[in-house]
Amino acid sequence: MADEKKKNLPPEAQEYQEFQSKREVKRPLLKNCLKAFLVGGFICFIGQIITTFYIYNFNFTEQTAGNPTVATLIFITMLLTGFGFYDRIGQFAGAGSAVPVTGFGNAVIASAIEYRTEGFILGVGSNMLKLAGPVIVYGVFAAFVIAIIKTILVQWGGF
Amino acid sequence: MLAGHQTWIFNNSPVILTTGTVGGPFEAKGNIPEAFDTLHDDMWLKQASFEKAQQKMMEEACQIAIKKSSIEIEQVQFFISGDLINQITPTSFAASTMGLPFFGLFSACATSMESLALSAAIINGNGANYILSGSSSHNAATEKQFRYPTEYGGQKPPTSQWTVTGAGCALVAKEGNGPKITSATIGKVVDMGMTDPFNMGGAMAAAAADTIETHLKERNVDPSYYDLIITGDLGHVGREVSLDYMHKRNISLEEKNYVDCGLTIYREGQPVLAGASGSACSAVVTYGHFLKQMAKGELKRILVVATGSLHSTLSIQQSDPIPCIAHAVSIESGSDNV
Repeated sequence: MADEKKKNLPPEAQEYQEFQSKREVKRPLLKNCLKAFLVGGFICFIGQIITTFYIYNFNFTEQTAGNPTVATLIFITMLLTGFGFYDRIGQFAGAGSAVPVTGFGNAVIASAIEYRTEGFILGVGSNMLKLAGPVIVYGVFAAFVIAIIKTILVQWGGF
Repeated sequence: MLAGHQTWIFNNSPVILTTGTVGGPFEAKGNIPEAFDTLHDDMWLKQASFEKAQQKMMEEACQIAIKKSSIEIEQVQFFISGDLINQITPTSFAASTMGLPFFGLFSACATSMESLALSAAIINGNGANYILSGSSSHNAATEKQFRYPTEYGGQKPPTSQWTVTGAGCALVAKEGNGPKITSATIGKVVDMGMTDPFNMGGAMAAAAADTIETHLKERNVDPSYYDLIITGDLGHVGREVSLDYMHKRNISLEEKNYVDCGLTIYREGQPVLAGASGSACSAVVTYGHFLKQMAKGELKRILVVATGSLHSTLSIQQSDPIPCIAHAVSIESGSDNV
């Protein structure tokens, strides 16, 4: 579709875009992937430590330790976001700090902080899920589709 | 007064009497802290919102410019200014505080020179004796409106730019001591179908090149006529693209005489990626830095080309391209003609 759009542009604009893109600084993809891998992995490593801590010190099993772990990670994210560190980690790590649950937490918390000046209802209330909302909408929708597929397979396929 | 199709020559030479520049904490740590009359160490300026902080900066910049001059604010006929926030409310509130007749402008980051060109044109045509011309922007307020919440940890690409927190204002007068505004070229909107809001430099470069080319042609001067041709906020990408693009079109602009406000304001190592942007960028750097150099006699003639991307979040979400504009104003030192 992007290509089709490009074809409709006047030749001058097409030429300029080509000229421009030769001089545009590209995202360092390999470096970004590597950084995302390391930081993302490190966040998961911390999550694992927290899980293990809950299992050994409290009455949790491997299945039930997930919820308090997520809550703890989001609490840490809240502090990091509030004190202004998480956006710096995000600039360095990219997907590494955006994909884990901490990234989701950051998206909600950053919006909540930002829209405080517009009040609690129309500001924080309506904008808190501005960034995280699509994740929830399509997460729920994807789960619904998968559930239907599973049901059909189980009912008719006899798995 | 009109030369060619889109250039004004100001025969009555309006002058920039005084200027006022205000910056934030990030600018204080930058490359040219001495360019600012006032630097704040608090992004909020003790106000309830970032937008109010921006309004306050605009008011302060105007007050400084008035204070430095020998006139009172009541003698000023018009306040011509704008900013990046929806419906330019910070500027409107600042105009309300100052109680001056007001022209509100929007040309995104090109507002500073649009305002200076209009001020000079009105004064040149005897429409006023004194005009306050300025523009302002605030990093957090702009990020919030155009991009993401400030604390959101999204990764920005190397082509993205850092919005300046500040306000710049020039007191333009019919006569007096100061650098003269000699001509202005009003730019056309240039749309090259660029769609990436994180690469505004690359999109605006075409507008800058178009306006500079037109200005040189219509004023019938060589690029070497100017000591410096100063672009507003093209950043690394836009500067290189526009320079190469002009070379391709046979404009013999030398690299050392082509500078960018967005690459002047911050120092190496500040996390600004491709450079600075924002409607305050060209205003504070021109009024605070380059005009000071001119006063010292280091520069005689400059052409300031402020560049703006005129998109909104709505137009980007609806997959429209980024329309760009550039306005050029030439400023020449007063002593040159004596």
